[in-house]
Amino acid sequence: MIQIHGKSAAPGVAIGPLYFYKSESVPISHKKIKDPLAEWQRYLVARDLAVSQLGALAEKARIQGGDTAALVFETHQLMVEDEDFEQRIHEDIFKNLNNASSAVCNASSYYQTMFNNMDGLYMKARAIDMRDIARRLNDILLGRIRGTLHTEVPVILVADDLTPSDTIQLDKNMVLGFVTSQGSPAGHTAILARSLGIPAVVEVGDLLKRRNRGREAAIDGDAGLVIVNPDHRTRERLEQKQAQQAHRRELLTRLKGKENITQDGRAVSLVCNITTPEDLEAVKENDGGGVGLFRSEFLYLRQNDYPSEEDQFLAYREAALQMRGKSVIIRTLDIGADKQAGYFNMEPEPNPAMGMRALRLCLTRPGMFRTQLRAIYRASAFGKLAIMFPIVTAVWELREARKMCQIVMAELEQEGIPYDKNVPLGIMIETPAAVFISDRLAHECDFFSIGTNDLLQYTTACDRQTSGVSRFYDPHHPALLRAIKMVVDSAHAAGIWVGVCGELASDLSMVQTLLALGVDELSVSPGSVLEVRDIIRKTNVSAIRGECVEEIFRDTEREETGEDAGMDTWFASDY
Amino acid sequence: MLQFTHLVKDPVGIHAGPAGRISRKAKEFPGTVITIDKQGTSVQANKLMLLMGLGVKGGDTITVTIEGGEEEKAAAAMKEFLEKEL
Repeated sequence: MIQIHGKSAAPGVAIGPLYFYKSESVPISHKKIKDPLAEWQRYLVARDLAVSQLGALAEKARIQGGDTAALVFETHQLMVEDEDFEQRIHEDIFKNLNNASSAVCNASSYYQTMFNNMDGLYMKARAIDMRDIARRLNDILLGRIRGTLHTEVPVILVADDLTPSDTIQLDKNMVLGFVTSQGSPAGHTAILARSLGIPAVVEVGDLLKRRNRGREAAIDGDAGLVIVNPDHRTRERLEQKQAQQAHRRELLTRLKGKENITQDGRAVSLVCNITTPEDLEAVKENDGGGVGLFRSEFLYLRQNDYPSEEDQFLAYREAALQMRGKSVIIRTLDIGADKQAGYFNMEPEPNPAMGMRALRLCLTRPGMFRTQLRAIYRASAFGKLAIMFPIVTAVWELREARKMCQIVMAELEQEGIPYDKNVPLGIMIETPAAVFISDRLAHECDFFSIGTNDLLQYTTACDRQTSGVSRFYDPHHPALLRAIKMVVDSAHAAGIWVGVCGELASDLSMVQTLLALGVDELSVSPGSVLEVRDIIRKTNVSAIRGECVEEIFRDTEREETGEDAGMDTWFASDY
Repeated sequence: MLQFTHLVKDPVGIHAGPAGRISRKAKEFPGTVITIDKQGTSVQANKLMLLMGLGVKGGDTITVTIEGGEEEKAAAAMKEFLEKEL
């Protein structure tokens, strides 16, 4: 197995034999001519033919890859017709008495040098467009026909570099992927590969030797990786990735843009959990309806001092702007002694899960809390933001947090800084205490979001990272489901909505149960949006509600089996 | 002679696509000379390759000069086009 690193140019996985493609380069004869006018006429005929060929290619590209693909050849058309390009060729023929082919080569080299000397990857990549145009003109002038693909099975095509013309003319049924030793992710070939949905890796250098032709290889277009003779495990892993991607594509085409509405007409809000603003891309790609949980910890953990108001403001504003009016719920700092940055200077604790963390820490360090709230309120002028507080165990905590929000709003008012006066304030339900007093909490906030991971940990006294207790850690524990029911009922009685943002919301086997319990919003990882949407659209809530609710209040079989197994072990170890 | 400046907002700048469209637009006014200037270097707007060679990037300010023929009409058309596309 040989692994070669290149650059990602088009995503996806391809597995198949390697085929080395070489577009023929017949040497051009650089001759002097005697009749410049006749040579110029010859050039003009070739130019017109090139323009019409490019028009046909643009249409072919439009069918295969849409308008983006067509634009590549429309640009070539404009370049061939460019006055300045033409003027150079004209001069070369009439003044230097060069033949048309040499004149084309000279003009093309001039522009290739110009593009290569320019700043930025994008402009450098235009040099290959120029070369492609020169080759087309010379092919026509010399009556040359370009090499095609000689293969009966689909292949991974390897080339030094591929011009857009090469790329579009190849039989796509025979090409599984592209690998080029040169090229650029900004090149037109990369653009074409992406619009055609063919995985591509570029800039692999001279590492992929010709002697590997015919050998099996796998390319990972996302990672920019080429693997020759992949071993069994690698192959299996990539095949799995390939299957997942095919599944995703299928889901995307079927479900993108569709509403999250159940069979019996209940609309559910389906949003995403994110950790940094970079994740927003994935939210948009997967058609998430907004952000249900923006973990703000990354701002605090990436540096050696408290993040400034400005730094935080920029990150929150980015999220508000990118979501274009869709709601973004920012969770205030959730950090404790087990996950802290050095500058926090927190005392070591014997039991960090039960110690100074999350909202407790914020209420204890009001200066830090105020900075974060100011940043969020300032960013609220740029979109639709909401705030939620983690680890609430008493009504007074919520009141204190709200008071801090009032203070911050009054400050901004006085300073004349714009902000949204109606930023919704919610809390996370993560402690049994919050569950039991949810009826009272519901009257003092705008929404609930249930963090099932912590709620389960505190309810069952099980830390899922402690491997020894895994038998006792049951994500579907009826206690958790009963707690969710209680919270939903409290919320609805007070007229507020309730979401689930823990892992349970992404657990496909539990989506229907959560809907039956009356949860209004599911916040999942961006990659799960479409799968969860699929289930929502297939669910008839009113038909399953009775059974689901009954189920969580019944002595389940699972509990009985659990007891039996426990007894067996107990007896076995005792004797 | 008419003149105006324009701040380029497209992050890639005047790349192949917009350059092609600018040159096509400029060709709609054959009697008018339209030039685009970036920091002292100016090129004619109807010349695609030179326009790309100018290397205008996002954040750059360009000066557009319109001279002769249907000056006002051409200036308005260029202005509208640049506002929309770049």
